[in-house]
Amino acid sequence: MRLPLRKAFVIAWKDILSESRTRDILSSVAVFALLTIVIFNFAFEPGSDNVELVAPGVLWVTFTFAGVLGLGRSFVFEKEKGCLEGLLLCPVDRDVVYLGKMLGSLAFMLAVEIIVVPIFLVLFDLPLFLPQLALITLLATVGFVSVGTLFSALAVNTRARDVMLPILFFPIVAPVIIAAVQASGLALEGQSWSTMSSWLQIMGVFDAIFIVISALVFEFVVEE
Amino acid sequence: MSRILLGISFGLMMAALYLVFIYVPTEETMGVVQRIFYFHVPVAWVSFLAFFVVFIGSILFLWKRDEKWDMLARSSAEIGIVFTSLVLITGPIWAKPAWGVWWTWDARLTTTLIMWVIYVSYLMVRSFAVEESRGARFAAVVGIVGFVDIPITAIAITLWRTQHPRPVIFEGGLAPSMLLTLIICVAAFTLLYVYLLLQAISLKQAEADLGKISQALRG
Repeated sequence: MRLPLRKAFVIAWKDILSESRTRDILSSVAVFALLTIVIFNFAFEPGSDNVELVAPGVLWVTFTFAGVLGLGRSFVFEKEKGCLEGLLLCPVDRDVVYLGKMLGSLAFMLAVEIIVVPIFLVLFDLPLFLPQLALITLLATVGFVSVGTLFSALAVNTRARDVMLPILFFPIVAPVIIAAVQASGLALEGQSWSTMSSWLQIMGVFDAIFIVISALVFEFVVEE
Repeated sequence: MSRILLGISFGLMMAALYLVFIYVPTEETMGVVQRIFYFHVPVAWVSFLAFFVVFIGSILFLWKRDEKWDMLARSSAEIGIVFTSLVLITGPIWAKPAWGVWWTWDARLTTTLIMWVIYVSYLMVRSFAVEESRGARFAAVVGIVGFVDIPITAIAITLWRTQHPRPVIFEGGLAPSMLLTLIICVAAFTLLYVYLLLQAISLKQAEADLGKISQALRG
């Protein structure tokens, strides 16, 4: 395996290992996501005609908010324990540090989604086995963590860190949310891959562009 | 130099006012309110131009580490947010009589709204940063990421909204007198932007010099 990628995996593995010991972020974010879905149910009439219309929106608003929560928490921990300084002292390129943190956050979010999505599908009485939904979720989550890792590292160095991350994050991931909601709607109706191809492309392009850009500018965010 | 710019900008603005309110004929279907178009479109163009300047300034600042690029980016962002706010205010004023609704979530409006929020977050990041130099760097990052996001957002929303009914937008060719008015207005507002930009930069430069002098006196 190429060396920088291996270093990134080491950094990601550190995060995953420490999280698996405490299960802090995973449990709190998953519970938050489930509660959000429950509250959304109170917001809409429980008739079955609405369900297919609102379900994708509910799912992705929930993951947007839960994602912000999870991303914020992972960097706060780093800053408080001085771990980020430790990472920066290592002889690794800053974009490798970014990649490692991003992969760690990706793992967390996917773990949360694996728990939350089936429960969501059950609660809304929707079909359970949808490979399209899995791909949509993966692409959208990569989009979230690509920008979210960068902005989380940024926000943690400001005064209003809890509110700064959503303010930075939400406008930038708007295209991902739009694409995810539209594509999920099509997937839940049982449509074929070709109908959602343009949405998948948008998410794919977003992911590619923003992973590259975030990796490039990450060093400017973390340097003292 | 800036006085000449001020003079030309003032002259063009006066010409624009004359053209918009006296010279150009009233548009057939929409009536008098359509004249907002001659302010709304140039202001929108300038707001996108300003955001582009923020983007370039941010890249140059992170690359060259020279403060003056940061001053350029920040000044352009401040002016840009004013112009974007004007777009978002004049738009609904025009839309309500023309379309019957204050707002619609079509590609241009939504993208402009998101751009406005990104500008605001650009300025917020500066105020909330712990030190000024870090705040400048954070803002530059936001300026770059934000600008790259705008085309993708526009494409996504366009794709989304083609599946929904849209209000009829003012289409069709422009009469020559209208085209002339529009061009003069675009020129007037662009020069206004450039003039304001230069003033803002020189003000920030003066502040920076003052800061250095007072620090030298203290130390």
